[in-house]
Amino acid sequence: MDFISILSIFVLACFVGYYVVWSVTPALHTPLMAVTNAISSVIIVGALIAAAATGLGNGGAVSKWLGLLAVVFASINIFGGFAVTARMLAMYKKKVR
Amino acid sequence: MEHAVAVSPWVSLAYLVAGVCFILALRGLSSPVTSQRGNRLGMIGMAIAVVTTLVTHVPLGGLSGAHAPAIAFGGDFIDLVTFGQILIAIAIGAAIGLVTARRIAMTAMPQLVAAFHSLVGLAAVLVAAAAFLNPLAFGIAQVIRPIYGPDLVTILPVSRIEMALGVAIGAITFSGSVIAFLKLNGNMSGKPIMLPGRHVINLGLIAGILGLIAYFVTDQSPWVFWTITVLSFVIGFLLIIPIGGADMPVVVSMLNSYSGWAAAAMGFTLHNTAMIVTGALVGSSGAILSYIMCRAMNRSFISVIAGGFGGDSSGGAAAAATDRPWKRGSAEDAAFLMQQAEQVIIVPGYGMAVAQAQHALREMGDKLKEHGVRVKYAIHPVAGRMPGHMNVLLAEANVPYDEVFELEDINSEFAQTDVAFVIGANDVTNPAAKTDKSSPIYGMPVLDVEKAKTVLFIKRSMGGVGYAGVDNELFYRDNTMMLLADAKKMVEEIVKSLD
Repeated sequence: MDFISILSIFVLACFVGYYVVWSVTPALHTPLMAVTNAISSVIIVGALIAAAATGLGNGGAVSKWLGLLAVVFASINIFGGFAVTARMLAMYKKKVR
Repeated sequence: MEHAVAVSPWVSLAYLVAGVCFILALRGLSSPVTSQRGNRLGMIGMAIAVVTTLVTHVPLGGLSGAHAPAIAFGGDFIDLVTFGQILIAIAIGAAIGLVTARRIAMTAMPQLVAAFHSLVGLAAVLVAAAAFLNPLAFGIAQVIRPIYGPDLVTILPVSRIEMALGVAIGAITFSGSVIAFLKLNGNMSGKPIMLPGRHVINLGLIAGILGLIAYFVTDQSPWVFWTITVLSFVIGFLLIIPIGGADMPVVVSMLNSYSGWAAAAMGFTLHNTAMIVTGALVGSSGAILSYIMCRAMNRSFISVIAGGFGGDSSGGAAAAATDRPWKRGSAEDAAFLMQQAEQVIIVPGYGMAVAQAQHALREMGDKLKEHGVRVKYAIHPVAGRMPGHMNVLLAEANVPYDEVFELEDINSEFAQTDVAFVIGANDVTNPAAKTDKSSPIYGMPVLDVEKAKTVLFIKRSMGGVGYAGVDNELFYRDNTMMLLADAKKMVEEIVKSLD
């Protein structure tokens, strides 16, 4: 993909984000932060690429360990973020009539 | 070796699906009814992204088949080791994450979110560093084979900018979030720490970082990359220390935004749709939340970032105020007044969270309902230390979400309300914000509690002031009764008196 296609995706996604986030009810702003936290850990993709790379000498070995460390951090966020969001959302209940 | 790893259309499609899942996850949060389904879609999206990356990048001998990437020249044995290492890394992270998520108290949610932000920032720094050290694995470098000497690996110029931006934003997110965590967790004073000449230092550092990023395009020496990293860690630290406790909702939202932009920058480096879409979503989300918080405090984003608010303010009438006459009530008085009421609006604030009074408060609400009183909750956008903090705490205490209202939806109702019950909130109820032009909080939208027939105001003592450091006009009104005690104890006593 060339830079311009990527930039197009990015800019359009910003607009999608703008409208989607304004439609989030203020009562759920804390879960919103927790879940955005979890999904921004999609950065784990980069961490996995680094961790899976083999035999490229030079900085390769260091790069691999940095990648593995990043996998740990991103996983904490992914599992912790989604779990804590689920825990919060399960607490929101309607009035029992 | 080619400079870009060939990507199968199926792989791109999978990342796109993951991105769409993330959009739907946020969309689900438009209502508590759809929110849990949204969260599950988010998990599915993440699973798709992770599995796709593993399938395409971990060489598994014959298994990876058509997706076998260019780097699959290791034997089966080595590949299994790699795969095992990755699974162990994920398992460690999962264990820590799940245990934390289960154990954390809802009142501690702001510091948990700050801690999570710091991890996203740190992960971004590590990934950028890994990409810098091993650019061929990320498909962002060219190999030049000179006639003499060793091969030269040059990182593509566009990738250098993206990588440098990624590491800078990631580092700022990390160190900024660590400071926010320490302040929210009480390990560090919530008071702003003002360094002399900090604006000059900060602007100089930012200019230095931007200059180095530009220079990085022409010179990919390690010192440039690592200097950018170190300077960014420093600026993240310096940016957050002058910001006081009252502005923490803005800071947490802002760091949320930064963690998104860091992910987006790395998405540019890796040409990964899922990361770019997510980064844009999270970036906008944090930016919008910051905007909502600033608007709710009537402050500009710049003045929040400049810092210094919420310390030992010498603001206005704070000093001489305690001489003015005010009325003190007991738990029995409060119980009597509320029992007689037709409608009671409860206004919770951060003090309720500190006192852990939300469960006792819900009990009080239940008792009042038994007496035929209509009970509603009014939430100011900046009540608490992060957006929506009060709503989560009330939900935790089993308060139905349809009894909880936002400022603009309930503010007109105070005039027809018998009792406004303020617990742990202060500045957000101060009528001076509407009348006193000299007040530091002038212009901030506030809850019109003084329009209720009676205001019951729980406060620990008459001495203290709110975060803004201003005295509250409300205390001295004829229709205000001060209930001086620990919030939880006072509510428990009122519950007893309601029997």
